[in-house]
Amino acid sequence: MRTIARRLAFYAATAIVAISVDFLIPRIIPGNPVNAILARMQGATLSKATIAGLDEQYGVNTKTSLWTQYIHFWGNVLHGNLGTSTSNGFVAVSTVIREALPWTLGLVGVATVISFVLGTLIGVLVAWRRGTWLDNLLPATTFFQAAPYFFIAFLAIDLFSTKLGWLPSGQGHQDLDFPALNWTYISDVLDHAVLPALTIVVASAAGWIISMRNVMVTTMDEDYVLVAAAKGLHRRRVIWYAARNAVLPSISGFSLAIGFIVSGALLTEIVFSYPGLGLLLVNAVSDNDYALLQGLFLIITLAVLAANLIADFVYVFLDPRIRQEA
Amino acid sequence: MSQHIVTGPERSRGDALLEIHGLCVDYGQGSDAVHAVTDVDLVLHRGEVLGLAGESGSGKSTLAMAATRLLREPGVITAGEVRLHYDTGSVADLLEAGTGALRVLRWSEVSLVIQSAMNALNPVMSIRTQLTDALAAHVPDMSRRSRRDRAVELLGMVGISADRLGSHPHELSGGMRQRVMIAMALALRPQIVIMDEPTTALDVVTQREILEELIDLRDRFGFAILFITHDLSLLIEIADSIAVMYAGRLVERASAQALFRAPRHPYTLGLLHSFPALHGPRVPMTGIPGSPPDLRMLPSGCVFHPRCRFALARCADDAPPLAATGTGGRVVACWLQHPPESAPTELARPEPGLEAWAPPATADGQAATQGGSAA
Repeated sequence: MRTIARRLAFYAATAIVAISVDFLIPRIIPGNPVNAILARMQGATLSKATIAGLDEQYGVNTKTSLWTQYIHFWGNVLHGNLGTSTSNGFVAVSTVIREALPWTLGLVGVATVISFVLGTLIGVLVAWRRGTWLDNLLPATTFFQAAPYFFIAFLAIDLFSTKLGWLPSGQGHQDLDFPALNWTYISDVLDHAVLPALTIVVASAAGWIISMRNVMVTTMDEDYVLVAAAKGLHRRRVIWYAARNAVLPSISGFSLAIGFIVSGALLTEIVFSYPGLGLLLVNAVSDNDYALLQGLFLIITLAVLAANLIADFVYVFLDPRIRQEA
Repeated sequence: MSQHIVTGPERSRGDALLEIHGLCVDYGQGSDAVHAVTDVDLVLHRGEVLGLAGESGSGKSTLAMAATRLLREPGVITAGEVRLHYDTGSVADLLEAGTGALRVLRWSEVSLVIQSAMNALNPVMSIRTQLTDALAAHVPDMSRRSRRDRAVELLGMVGISADRLGSHPHELSGGMRQRVMIAMALALRPQIVIMDEPTTALDVVTQREILEELIDLRDRFGFAILFITHDLSLLIEIADSIAVMYAGRLVERASAQALFRAPRHPYTLGLLHSFPALHGPRVPMTGIPGSPPDLRMLPSGCVFHPRCRFALARCADDAPPLAATGTGGRVVACWLQHPPESAPTELARPEPGLEAWAPPATADGQAATQGGSAA
């Protein structure tokens, strides 16, 4: 119980620091964010009130102290008010993020989980069947990881979309479609997700395979695996004895990967014009949309922290040795 | 409660239980192969404590692992036969058995207590799971409840309280882990328990306690033990008979008493002088000069001759056969024991006049008779 409280306190402190940094970034970077926005808005007419609002949001041309702004910023964050996105027609940042979040969670989240589960299982299998044809999987999957992602992705689009016409080449769903939760819409969304998800899995599975295989190979030499075999346990149970221990390092890696799901798969979302957070982030950078960037950073930070917190607890649950320490 | 309880004619102690014939094990293949075990014949009798002694790398563990088909890559069994005699009188050839048949007889007939109990228990599984999963695998109709009861009973046998069932290995001391391991090995009442250096990692006090418990359990349940260790003085305390291995070969086998009081092989003699006896007068330790041979390029003739201070001219050319000498079923592979050669006095002490393996005397009883003759 005390361990849990201590972990929670640690993560709370980290979150406070991260949010404070998020507050400071637009205030310490050189240049005037509001001027940058105005420069981009040439031709558009902005009311005085809007400009004043922007000034306040970024803490320029204001007489309020940094500390007052900071308190104000916290109030906004706690109310879920992340400011206004200038590049998306002055919509609230929280709305923009809320619209993009499900796409990223759905695509990158599912792809990451599939990649981890599949890669880990293959890693176990390759280790157990060491010395058979399965060993050839390693260089093959490593090739897909080592090759530049966009290259693989373009090849996939060219083959499955342009040549074979099996799958759409981009977007999250068809245009001019009225999103209603019926089968037509869902199958359309799935159709659009297959190719990007596939490329993510193909490009990232090798990491899971290799890390699981390597740990598994050394774990299989442990005495307790020998004892499991000597006990006359079923082969699957013997493999489980080893895999249950070998998966622990991969779990740490997986928790990090989970945290970064929210930041989206930048390249994937660019290549496939997928309407997720990654694409949003890229556009926010190119459009100097400070509020959106700030909001995205906030979400990403919190997601990474939350994923780590969950991973900590899962790890404690999976490895009884950790329960005693700290 | 299990199908492994004796159903056939009760076999008497002393019948052959595990017979190993001409077993050869290589690590690797071709010209680089390491000949870890060469042509070993060994018989473990019902209820016997058979000690297997030798330096590191002499092939003791490899022999046991190969005989139970637990040998790991790149180990290969190149020749031999291992026969297991069931209670019912039927015989299984372990080297021919398929995976399914092996799985059935593992743990229910032959169980294993391994070198380092520290690593022999799975760190992420509870003691209860590890005690009961062999039961679950071998006795499918056993209920969860009765598996738990059996686990409690097993822990009780080695003096561990039932509240340790939920513990994980890291929460137990080294001695407790080894006890859990022993309890686990007895879960299915096997005929044979193979113990590979079971107490090496423990301090001498714990070592002594565990050995005494072990012999108690053996007397209660009558299983045979193949006890592998490099510690010959420990074997003399607990074993009925002792087999000594050198460079993958058996060089001498005799009853513990006979081997201790009247060794016939120079290597056995060297081993006896390498460890302080647990009882008896002080004897200077001399050790054995040189180091074990490279198992890829064994010396010609007798593999021990380069280190043997009694070596004869023929030892470099002819390998001595493992031959019976004297009384009591002793076998030894040494030309010195073949007439017309006469063995030096150290290797020609009078036989203590015991049978091949005596009913186990208590460790103290053995110790009492042992004092004078060691000098």
